[in-house]
Amino acid sequence: MILMQLICCAVLFPLIGFLFNGLIGRKIKNEGIVAAVGCAAVGAGFVVACIGFFRMLGLPPEQRTLTLDLFPWIVAGGFRADVALQLDQLSVVMMLIVTGVGFLIHVYSAGYMHGDPGFWRFFAYLNLFIFSMLTLILADNFLLMFLGWEGVGLCSYLLIGFWYDRKFEKGTTGDAAKKAFIVNRIGDFGFLTGIFLIYVTFGSLRFQTVFTQAAAMTVGTPVLLWITLALFVGATGKSAQIPLFVWLPDAMAGPTPVSALIHAATMVTAGVYMVARCSVLYALAPVSMGVVASVGAATALFAATVGLVQNDIKKVLAYSTISQLGYMFLALGVGAFSAGIFHVMTHAFFKALLFLGSGAVIHAMHDEQDIRRMGGLGKSLPITYRTFLVGTIAIAGIPPLSGFFSKDEILWQAFSRGSWVLWLAGFAAAGLTALYMFRLVALTFQGEPRWEKGVHPHEAPATMTLPLIVLALLSAVGGFAGIPHSLGGGNAFEQWLEPVFAPAADKLALSLPQVEIAEYVLMGLSVAVALAGWYLARMWYLKRKEIPGLLVRKLPNAYRVLLNKYYVDELYEGAVVKPAVRGSELLLWKGIDVNVIDRVVNGIAQITAAAGRGLRLTQTGVVQSYVLVFLAGVVLIVGWLLVK
Amino acid sequence: MDIPLPYYLCLSAALFVVGVAGVLTRRNAIVVFMCIELMLNSVNLALIAFSSFLGSITGQALVFFAMAVAAAEAAVGLAIVIAIYRNKQTVDIDAMNILKW
Amino acid sequence: MESLVFFFLAAFAVTTAVLMVLQRSPLVSAIYLIANFFALAALYLLLRAQLLAVLQIVVYTGAIMVLVIFVIMLLNLGDEARIHPRIAIRTWVTLVLAAGFLSEIAYVFSLAGTPAEGTALAGGAESLGTVESMGGALFGKFLLPFEVTSLLLLAAILGAVVLAKKKG
Repeated sequence: MILMQLICCAVLFPLIGFLFNGLIGRKIKNEGIVAAVGCAAVGAGFVVACIGFFRMLGLPPEQRTLTLDLFPWIVAGGFRADVALQLDQLSVVMMLIVTGVGFLIHVYSAGYMHGDPGFWRFFAYLNLFIFSMLTLILADNFLLMFLGWEGVGLCSYLLIGFWYDRKFEKGTTGDAAKKAFIVNRIGDFGFLTGIFLIYVTFGSLRFQTVFTQAAAMTVGTPVLLWITLALFVGATGKSAQIPLFVWLPDAMAGPTPVSALIHAATMVTAGVYMVARCSVLYALAPVSMGVVASVGAATALFAATVGLVQNDIKKVLAYSTISQLGYMFLALGVGAFSAGIFHVMTHAFFKALLFLGSGAVIHAMHDEQDIRRMGGLGKSLPITYRTFLVGTIAIAGIPPLSGFFSKDEILWQAFSRGSWVLWLAGFAAAGLTALYMFRLVALTFQGEPRWEKGVHPHEAPATMTLPLIVLALLSAVGGFAGIPHSLGGGNAFEQWLEPVFAPAADKLALSLPQVEIAEYVLMGLSVAVALAGWYLARMWYLKRKEIPGLLVRKLPNAYRVLLNKYYVDELYEGAVVKPAVRGSELLLWKGIDVNVIDRVVNGIAQITAAAGRGLRLTQTGVVQSYVLVFLAGVVLIVGWLLVK
Repeated sequence: MDIPLPYYLCLSAALFVVGVAGVLTRRNAIVVFMCIELMLNSVNLALIAFSSFLGSITGQALVFFAMAVAAAEAAVGLAIVIAIYRNKQTVDIDAMNILKW
Repeated sequence: MESLVFFFLAAFAVTTAVLMVLQRSPLVSAIYLIANFFALAALYLLLRAQLLAVLQIVVYTGAIMVLVIFVIMLLNLGDEARIHPRIAIRTWVTLVLAAGFLSEIAYVFSLAGTPAEGTALAGGAESLGTVESMGGALFGKFLLPFEVTSLLLLAAILGAVVLAKKKG
């Protein structure tokens, strides 16, 4: 039908934009054209997504899954994988987020990257990223989704290392990009293992085929445990959970729009999307669900503690992202799939807003990123300050902004369907979130200026502030899409996604949501802890500024551990990286490559030479010796014939 | 009593072997050539023997042509020997080993 | 009677052949070879191949051997020098192989026995080797080889002339 053709076009527009900007962007000296092409490609995608959404609203819920077969991709023996798109309630939501927020970030980039010599390259990579992300979301089978998965990983690498000749911490931006790619690769190994197992178990890779078959299986089937765990390893890699989160803080080496788009709003949510898509598989493996929830909760708390003491504005936001992703996995792990996706949406709004706002600050402060050298910027950057504040209130979970609804839903589900331990971890993390975010605001925008004279921070141009304003509005009202039953709303968001997660809900034997007193209590507690965080931040960083210093002196070791992110990077370096490098060097290079392979190759040459040296002795140059051999041969042949 | 065919063939074989031994043993090029002629003649003998015993003229015609070819070959071969002698001042076969490794 | 002649001629042929191979002087070897050819011509006569017997003497001894002796005299070749004090290894190998070959042939003949067809000359053998018979065959059945042989002889003459010409 025409809608699916449009969807296909929406996927291809960014690819065309990538080819246009990538191939001839360098020749076009006009930044406007490059930016216009890039933004239009994504904007068109957003328009199509809206059309798709409204069309789907007109259809009855059972018929909202639309597919489009494009062409057979791999046909090998019994194995078949096609390039085909599938549009259902879940993917249209993701598509709206990706193209919508993506469009705003493209517009912002036109202003942020102004004057950069690699302007055309940036937009080309951004478009390639959107194309890969859309492929990932709209794929109708695991293999095509994996193609998109790898594509976004590639674009992440290209964009993190965009300023490839810049130093970054102990290495270069290229090192950060490689780290992201390699850590992602480790996760991809898990993902691939999961795909292999799925094919072996179900005989197909198409979502509809696999999930229909899965719906007929019983809870606790062993193979599903391995499949879901393997897929989750992939998700921890892409979505930066324990233990594969180490690449995300380093990914801040890339330009800020990259951090906003890829490492806040879209790519890192690919893991969440994947687990949500496979909800029925997870519902059949309760152990895996427990693992997902635990890892999510632990990551949320862990990252929040680290984010508390960071001094780089983007690092704080990076750990915040890891923490919020933990919330999403916590939701998925307890069976609240739509709550997890709801948080994806709200998080996309406010985290993109926060990152873009930080970009405006960095831009204004001429590439200064240390918040200890900021302060009082609220006066110089009014729009940035106000939108950033909206984003902070949203992420802290203060009603009626969007973060409250999504985060609260997750915490309630964690308590009622999971365990109070999970709830407690999430609750503590929520408090810490409020604390570190308001600390960030206080140190950056409020208080007295701590920057040197001569730096004249000025507000960003309109192309950068407009997206901020739009995102602030979305952060403020986006939560109303999912007002829970307890507050009188019908939770439209959950209802919209319900058919997608129905098979999983069936397996989990979930009862209908009921309104309980406990929910109100928890809601009140969440708000209270958020306000407490705000109050503490105000106290420690504005009024009585000596308290943080006192705390550091009282607990120096704790501070150092937090500041150094629990030394996880050093642990990996020592336990994994160094042995791998050393082992490869000794065993694979010196042992096998030099001793075995080189010896064999050289040996063949030497054998040939030796044989040649031996054989040439037969060429005596004297005819009679040749005749002698002749005669000997004749005698032998005749003799043999006689003996026969 | 007639001589049976195998006797002629034995003689032919014996002459052939002597010729081969001569080719392999002697170092003078012309003597080697003469031994080759001996080998050719032994084969002629065998052909004529077959021809007579089978009543077919083909063997004898073949010998005719073999003789003609032997004559031609002798002429050319000796011309070559003369040419070599001009260059190397010797007809010793062991001295003609330019194709040696 | 005929068998006596045959055995005498056979012995003569083999003896002269062996002596030819053993001689150190090339000229004496040539003489022995001529004697061998005479014996062979007589054997051809025993086999009733008259034309070929005559041709053997005319062509082989009369032309080829004369040519050989010419060349020996022309190059003034001396006796073959004896380099190795003892018999060279090449000679030993040759003798071994020759003995092996001869024994193989003897073995073959001992196997075959004396076939009935091979005991007597064919019926019309006398008329087979005559000039008319040979002429008829040469100009009849073997005309093409005959003509081609003339070309071959032409090529041989030209080749010999070119090869033996003095340079310049």
